[in-house]
Amino acid sequence: MKEYTASFSPSRLMAHMTAGRPLPPSTPLSHWTLFRLLACLALVVLPHFQRLPIWASVMVTAVLVWRGLVALRHWPLPPIWLRGMLAFLAFVGLLLSYGRINSSEAGAGLLVVMVTLKLTETSKLKDWMTVMMLCYFILITHFLMSQEIRTAVYVFGTAVIVTALLLEVSHPQGPLSPRTTLRSAASLMLQAVPLMLLMFVLFPRIPGPLWGVPVSEKAGRMGLSDKMEPGTISKISRSDEIAFRVNFLDPMPPAKQRYWRGPVFWHYDGRTWSEGPGMRLRPVSEPVGQGIRQEIMLEAHNESWLLGLDLPVEGPPGSIVNSAHQLLNKQRVRERLLYQVVSYPRYRLQAELPPVIHDRALQIPRYGNARLRELAQEWRRQATGPRDIVNAALRMFREEAFYYTLQPPLLSETSGMDDFLFNTRRGFCEHYAGAFTLLMRAAGVPARVITGYQGGQTSPTGGHFIVRQSDAHAWSEVWLPGDGWVRVDPTGAVAPERIEAGLLASLPEGDAALVERSSDIYWVYRMEDYWEWVNVIWNRSVLAYGPELQKEFLERFGIKDWYRMTLVLTALIIGFLAILGAYLVWQARPHGPDDPAAREWERFCRALAGCDLPRLPHEGPRDYAQRVSQARPELVTEVAHISGLYIGLRYAGADDETALRELRDKVRRFRP
Amino acid sequence: MFTSPRQYIRRRIREYVFRRIRRQPGPIVIRRQRIYIVPTRFGYVFGLMLFVMLLGAMNYSNSMGFALSFLLAGLGLVSMHHTHRNLLNLSVRTGRHAPVFVGQEAQFQIVLDNAAATSRYALVVCPGEEETEPAHFDVPARGSALARMLIPASRRGRLSAPRFQIYTEYPLGLFHAWTWMELDMSCIVYPAPAENRLQPPPTAGGDSGTPDRIGGKEDFIGLRSYQRGDASRLIHWKALPRSGQLMVKQFADPVQHELWLDWDSLPGLETEARLSQLCRWVLDAHRAGKSYGLILPGQRLPPASSEQHRHQCLEALALFEPSRESA
Repeated sequence: MKEYTASFSPSRLMAHMTAGRPLPPSTPLSHWTLFRLLACLALVVLPHFQRLPIWASVMVTAVLVWRGLVALRHWPLPPIWLRGMLAFLAFVGLLLSYGRINSSEAGAGLLVVMVTLKLTETSKLKDWMTVMMLCYFILITHFLMSQEIRTAVYVFGTAVIVTALLLEVSHPQGPLSPRTTLRSAASLMLQAVPLMLLMFVLFPRIPGPLWGVPVSEKAGRMGLSDKMEPGTISKISRSDEIAFRVNFLDPMPPAKQRYWRGPVFWHYDGRTWSEGPGMRLRPVSEPVGQGIRQEIMLEAHNESWLLGLDLPVEGPPGSIVNSAHQLLNKQRVRERLLYQVVSYPRYRLQAELPPVIHDRALQIPRYGNARLRELAQEWRRQATGPRDIVNAALRMFREEAFYYTLQPPLLSETSGMDDFLFNTRRGFCEHYAGAFTLLMRAAGVPARVITGYQGGQTSPTGGHFIVRQSDAHAWSEVWLPGDGWVRVDPTGAVAPERIEAGLLASLPEGDAALVERSSDIYWVYRMEDYWEWVNVIWNRSVLAYGPELQKEFLERFGIKDWYRMTLVLTALIIGFLAILGAYLVWQARPHGPDDPAAREWERFCRALAGCDLPRLPHEGPRDYAQRVSQARPELVTEVAHISGLYIGLRYAGADDETALRELRDKVRRFRP
Repeated sequence: MFTSPRQYIRRRIREYVFRRIRRQPGPIVIRRQRIYIVPTRFGYVFGLMLFVMLLGAMNYSNSMGFALSFLLAGLGLVSMHHTHRNLLNLSVRTGRHAPVFVGQEAQFQIVLDNAAATSRYALVVCPGEEETEPAHFDVPARGSALARMLIPASRRGRLSAPRFQIYTEYPLGLFHAWTWMELDMSCIVYPAPAENRLQPPPTAGGDSGTPDRIGGKEDFIGLRSYQRGDASRLIHWKALPRSGQLMVKQFADPVQHELWLDWDSLPGLETEARLSQLCRWVLDAHRAGKSYGLILPGQRLPPASSEQHRHQCLEALALFEPSRESA
């Protein structure tokens, strides 16, 4: 019964709002606003398309397009039973596609699909507001997949756009220009940034997980494998993706000692080397000399290996050293991991060899590779000790015509090593390491294959050390009485440049072209390196900021426990909001008139008001001047001059800079 | 009280607020003390959503997740200040309030002045409870906007403008800021004119009452210059381009058209019915361009035909209080 309307008077002072063409009740918004909303939703959902099943992506696109058509063509919205059915089908579809509903991918997929289906029932303004708010929620799911800088830029940029659209939806009487809304949204976000920084640093980081991290199927990444056969390492070497980055806290060892221990292979089946069954014993290591501390940032590789400089002795809390003295994490490394290792490049490992290890280190298959075994037996007969056998093998590799290549010819299935050693004589590190280890075992010297990385480069920008997949390597370890396990790298006998200068330096021209590598153009390389360094800082300082880092950082300010953290945080938030509030109030202060002459006149009147002679609201300048002159006769000339100037400027249309300046000057010097 | 605690609480809050506002002629400046602010339903939903996001970030130890949640929390807090600022320092004053008849809606115009350099958006003026489909308006920077309240007029007399609230949920719809005020505005409600076609009884010197038509049987005696209040139907437009002046036609025997509308000429009717009939006669007479006078118990308005006279007559009818003696 009681209603009201608002209207606009077309006077000069009042803004003329152009309302968008209002639509029938199915959409309370104008066309343009609606299309912008749909476009924003598409932008928010876009990165999920690569992870959603095809049918879901198609459905989402179809619903978006359909909703736009509904607005254009005034189609009706579907009835409730149809909407319910669609939602149910979508749910079932996702369950079937993912196999489970409580993994993070399935959950994100469900969220995207449900928000899109909400479009089928958006008829009122508050429905659109709900959709926009859920967009924020979808944005955060992007971070579960990747936290790279580019993802962060995309997410925060899109959040500003969503905010701009929320502003538009809160302004139902007509569309605001996108420039206005974007500018307001950006300024709101900017004002929120200091609060975000305060909370980011001070909000107590309760260590997760709170309800158990669901299994997420990450795509397999390039990297070391848990098996080795001819071709394995050469395949890995073609990629120049970063395997891990190292920050040496102690001086870096020379190239000869830059071996990074990865999985160790004990078992040979005639073609493939593998780890074999695990053994529950930690070998005794006697480190010699100084340890080298490293801080390693390891890329996710879905295994539990922790890379470290040979020999890794102390790992991060919670890590284990296995029977081959390899460092293992208690869980698979599914996300980039930052940890510290202490390694000793000089060591004596397992001076006493337990019989079970001895047997495993001598295991060779009964059949196959007969010539190799004959050669080994001959060396054994001629040698005085195991060292002679090692030297004989190395001499063979060094002096005879062996070649190091990324594309060796294929070897026979049954006696591949024979083929390699006596026929082709062309191979990559896995061939040499495998052949050497087999020779040692056949000659009765306990040996095993070690895979990992060798070498790496220093980044010119960041100063840290980068090891890439192209540095993947395989070598061997033999057990010598008195010395324990000793590293022997047969590749060093064939292609010593490989050890000193890295892969590219050691390969022939044609092979080197197969390896992906960073640009030869210097400045492009520097840019990539610089970006690399930015990413490192991003990972170490921002992404790794968790409970431990927070505690460490805040202890420097004397904030030791959560209670004080919360207290300081609350105080700072209230302080900031108070300042912001005061600033906003100051912005909303009444402004004087636009006209500079009028402003000076106001100042003049204020000065007189201070002497109990305020200008009454109905008094024009002439009347007022007259009254003032009567009350204070000594001010007659000044008042007359000022009011004359003002009247001339304001009413007589005189647009005179000098007059204005004179007025300003006179008013400033007016002292009633 | 127990049937609906929320309503009860709202009623008590309203009573508290109403006790604090006075009826003022305006202009009323909305200062900090007058503004109340609470989260909206969306504000609570937003808060809940943030909480869930925070839990998720904690669970996955996701730094960027924390960053986004904190940014949105900051956004919510900042928007509270902005919503508050959207109302602050607005100056509200009365606009026009034209008289209406019973059964129509009285329009009270309210002018909001925004002296600040920032615009105010999506404000709503509401005389009672919030509407489901309110109409929003903006007030530009250093400008003004006009809002109208439509109040149905059910009785004749003086209708005072009720208390009204001005509220806003801009910028993000998370908070609801409002203020109540009462401006001293009232408008006259004229009695509803009677529907019948009864003619006023002839008065002394008057004719039988057939409505005169301009350019009809009476004698045209000449032109005189226009005076304020002359009926526009009498203006001689053809003379205007020639002479550059507005001239009014004059007819012979103006005395013939003098009309007295008398209260006592309607003995059989109730007070309201009489007023209603008189109102109709006044309107008819004015439309016909006649000059008419009005006689009410205790009041006598001499004949005239101007717009102002019409208003005076109608106002007298509207504000008429029957005295204790019978008519």
